[in-house]
Amino acid sequence: MKKSSKLRGLMLLITGLAGVLLLSGCEGKFVVFDPQGPVAETQYRLIILSAILCAIVVIPVLAITAFIVIRYRDKPGNTAPYKPHWDDSKVLEVLWWGIPIIIIGILGAYTARDTYGLAKKPVVTDVKPIKIQVTSLDWKWLFQYPDQNIATVNYVHIPAGVQVDFELTSDAPMNSFWIPQLGGQEYTMPGMAMSLWLQADRPGEYYGTGANFTGKDFAHMRFNVVAESQADFNKWVESVKGSNNELTKAGYETLATPGQSDEQSFSSYPSDLFDSVVMKNGGHHMDMNKDEDSKAPANSDDKSKSDTKEGHDMDDMSGMDMNNSNSSEMNHNHQ
Amino acid sequence: MYASIKSFASSFFVTGDPLIYGADVSIGLTTVAILFVLFYFKKWGWLWREWLTTVDHKKIGMMYLIASLLMLFRGGVDALLMRAQLAMPNVHFLQAEHYNEVFTTHGTIMILFMAMPMMFGLFNMVVPLQIGARDVAYPYLNAVSFWLFFFGAMLFNISFVIGGSPDAGWLSYPPLSEMSHSPGVGQNFYIWGIQISGIGSLATGINFIVTILKMRAPGMKLMKMPMFSWSVLSSSIIIIFAFPILTVTLALLFIDRFLGGHLFTMDGGGNPMMYVNLIWMWGHPEVYIVVLPAFGIFSEIVATFSRKRIFGYKSMVFALMSISILSFFTWVHHFFTMGAGADVNVFFAIATMAIGIPTGAKVFNWLFTMFRGRIRLEQPMLWTLAFIPCFVVGGATGVMLAVAPADYQYHNSYFLIAHFHQVLIGGVVFGYLAGIYYWWPKLFGFKLNERLGKWAFWLWNIGFYVCFMPQYALGFMGMTRRVYTYGWDLGWGPLNLVSTIGAFLMGIGFVFQVWQILYSVKYGERDTTGDPWNGRTLEWSIPSPPPMYNFAVVPYAGEQDSFWEEKERRDFAPAPPVPVAQLEAIHMPRNSGVPFIFSACWFVAGFGFVFDWLWMAILGMVGVGVTLLVRSFQYDTDYYVPVEEVIETEIAAGRAI
Repeated sequence: MKKSSKLRGLMLLITGLAGVLLLSGCEGKFVVFDPQGPVAETQYRLIILSAILCAIVVIPVLAITAFIVIRYRDKPGNTAPYKPHWDDSKVLEVLWWGIPIIIIGILGAYTARDTYGLAKKPVVTDVKPIKIQVTSLDWKWLFQYPDQNIATVNYVHIPAGVQVDFELTSDAPMNSFWIPQLGGQEYTMPGMAMSLWLQADRPGEYYGTGANFTGKDFAHMRFNVVAESQADFNKWVESVKGSNNELTKAGYETLATPGQSDEQSFSSYPSDLFDSVVMKNGGHHMDMNKDEDSKAPANSDDKSKSDTKEGHDMDDMSGMDMNNSNSSEMNHNHQ
Repeated sequence: MYASIKSFASSFFVTGDPLIYGADVSIGLTTVAILFVLFYFKKWGWLWREWLTTVDHKKIGMMYLIASLLMLFRGGVDALLMRAQLAMPNVHFLQAEHYNEVFTTHGTIMILFMAMPMMFGLFNMVVPLQIGARDVAYPYLNAVSFWLFFFGAMLFNISFVIGGSPDAGWLSYPPLSEMSHSPGVGQNFYIWGIQISGIGSLATGINFIVTILKMRAPGMKLMKMPMFSWSVLSSSIIIIFAFPILTVTLALLFIDRFLGGHLFTMDGGGNPMMYVNLIWMWGHPEVYIVVLPAFGIFSEIVATFSRKRIFGYKSMVFALMSISILSFFTWVHHFFTMGAGADVNVFFAIATMAIGIPTGAKVFNWLFTMFRGRIRLEQPMLWTLAFIPCFVVGGATGVMLAVAPADYQYHNSYFLIAHFHQVLIGGVVFGYLAGIYYWWPKLFGFKLNERLGKWAFWLWNIGFYVCFMPQYALGFMGMTRRVYTYGWDLGWGPLNLVSTIGAFLMGIGFVFQVWQILYSVKYGERDTTGDPWNGRTLEWSIPSPPPMYNFAVVPYAGEQDSFWEEKERRDFAPAPPVPVAQLEAIHMPRNSGVPFIFSACWFVAGFGFVFDWLWMAILGMVGVGVTLLVRSFQYDTDYYVPVEEVIETEIAAGRAI
């Protein structure tokens, strides 16, 4: 009786799991398992590696558990040895403290390699990277193209095969910018500008989303990423430019008020918009922006932009560093 | 006049949702029913003398247990509401705001008002008995802790019918939780509900460290102490280091919200990342606070039900202690993607993975305790066995999450949700349920029905896998946490439906447990021996339920598993009764109504702060001060149980001649 109920449970479990796999097999889009760029590719390899290393431990443990429970059941006629006082074995202890140490050593080494690898700026190729400034708003995404001087809302076009230097900030609660097929996410935070390098190898449409909860309409903060050839991208830029729909400061204020939005495009925008959003939310308190305070707002010429980039790059900043820097900046009063 | 009352009432009471009106009605009816019973059976005096003023650790433990089971119900209903909303694409069951409140309260309640009190309930019910003590080190403080928890939990819970629930997530990241983005009272309820109960938790941590270090029976060296008491010690050590961080963090958030500070907003020179660091410096150790006692429970049960000494005692203790230290060096893994930089991420990634080493060693020690033993599959052991595969897989996905660059893909996704529910349900909930089944006969004097328990067990277990395995897959499909709805286009529908079915199976499992308890109160197998499982540690050497003073004669415990060793020496014959001449009057703490009133004053003060009614907050704080003053002039705080009473009780239990 006992045994059959246990067996029934197991059968149910197996059918359930099989059902899950079958259902997901025909319907789902496993975006994380479908890397379309070098960053996502690296992360995908790490996921597979860590899964295999964990499986090396997990599967034997599950097998041993099943074996021990069956072998040492307290039932009449069980001939398995019973040694109530056997409670120590140096060899076994060394084994099961040692194996996890080795596995975590291997995994840790790969983790360190790729963490440093992905934190570095990508290798410079002869293809010039494109820069896109991303602002998370309540509850929509604004994309600005400083080189093209166009802006979009809730969708973004990128040239395929070109490194994209996303610069992230928020003019609302902090969010997280995530395009799974191109690479992992990074937070967007008010008053800070963070950098995230991604790249799409091939043309295609990818799903992008906000990942950190920001209130009421957070669930609708999705955006479409269109990767296309450089020629198509240029054509698209021209068509947006030709649309004659300017984003003004006042227009931005309207856009930034809480609410959802459809996809929109703007033929131009105020060139200092991104920096002023960072400053407005307290960016002047950040150490790295110190030199920015005295400077005229960044214009669209290449040189001052690259300065801005350096100034905003937070890759090497730890949270603790930032907190320290704030205290010394408390009496700054540029608003 | 009428108009102003009406507008006040409409902002004070939550309106506009049929679910809330249903809750209003049921809260009203329950209150009336309780009051009716108390008046009709004239039970007010009994309630006050036996429960509200008690300092007996066993009764406090039971009250913790009852409160935590109620909170498990509340948090579980929240979970089912969420799963119902997510069952299919574009469901219009809950509005966005309502959904946000539901997941915020689900998380907060399950961690702080379900897991913590269930854990404290077990601490209280078991630790003094297990180490041969007559009460905890500070019985009065123990009552204060319980009532602070209770009133904090009540303050948090009323938010959903009065004023509105918090809706910024269970960790309330600024700036979302600041006045600018959460202007209502919900966040204030969050701050004060947790703050008040958090002080109680800190006090409990101190209480049990002192109890374990100072009140062990003679002969019980630390390295002879039962594993559960070891796990309580390590968990309490984490509590006293982690909870002050929570208290300070919430106090700073309070300063931001009430006094217009900018500690956590960039525009005044503060930094939201400061909050995120602080809250996780508490939040991550908190996970180990709740899971370590579960490890202790499993250790006790595995040894008892395999009829074998725990394998590798010393390395088990070493593992507990190293986890309690390592737990403070992993908090950044909750925000690898917040731009901390490669050096920081690598350090915290490897520190996080390192926790897997002692945890893995413990799993092997449990397995090899069963190895060459004799395994009895009774209810506590069933839950322990279910825990092992569940926790091993959960731990493995934890190691996967610790790989910092890969975490950029898992972060905030359903993969993460599945992982932490797997370790928290598989580890903590299964562990505490195992502990409740194990120690229930000791505290209440009867076993819980086996047949209903098996139904509950299988429903919980099958439901668990059906619910959470699909969520790992959903994470890989890009589903992020806290979305209240999603479209058809991403193919998330089928897996979410399966997950919802699993959640409801677990819900039915819980119903079976409630039925099991109610049924067993009447028909449960009575425990007349005091040792229903053939136990190994001191708590099984006294009658069930234990007399108010626990041990008539303080036992000597010179060995690990000393009760078992003693039984072996006696060849498992019943212990001979103690000669009456050896009994003495017993020194015990006196009941006090102050902890209850003191905590109620905190509730009043907290309510005042929530609504920014300064008069009420001041009134409450004055009450707090007065009760403290009253207590400091109470000198008559203890008494001796007369030896006649001890003799009478022991003879009635057949323990003395």
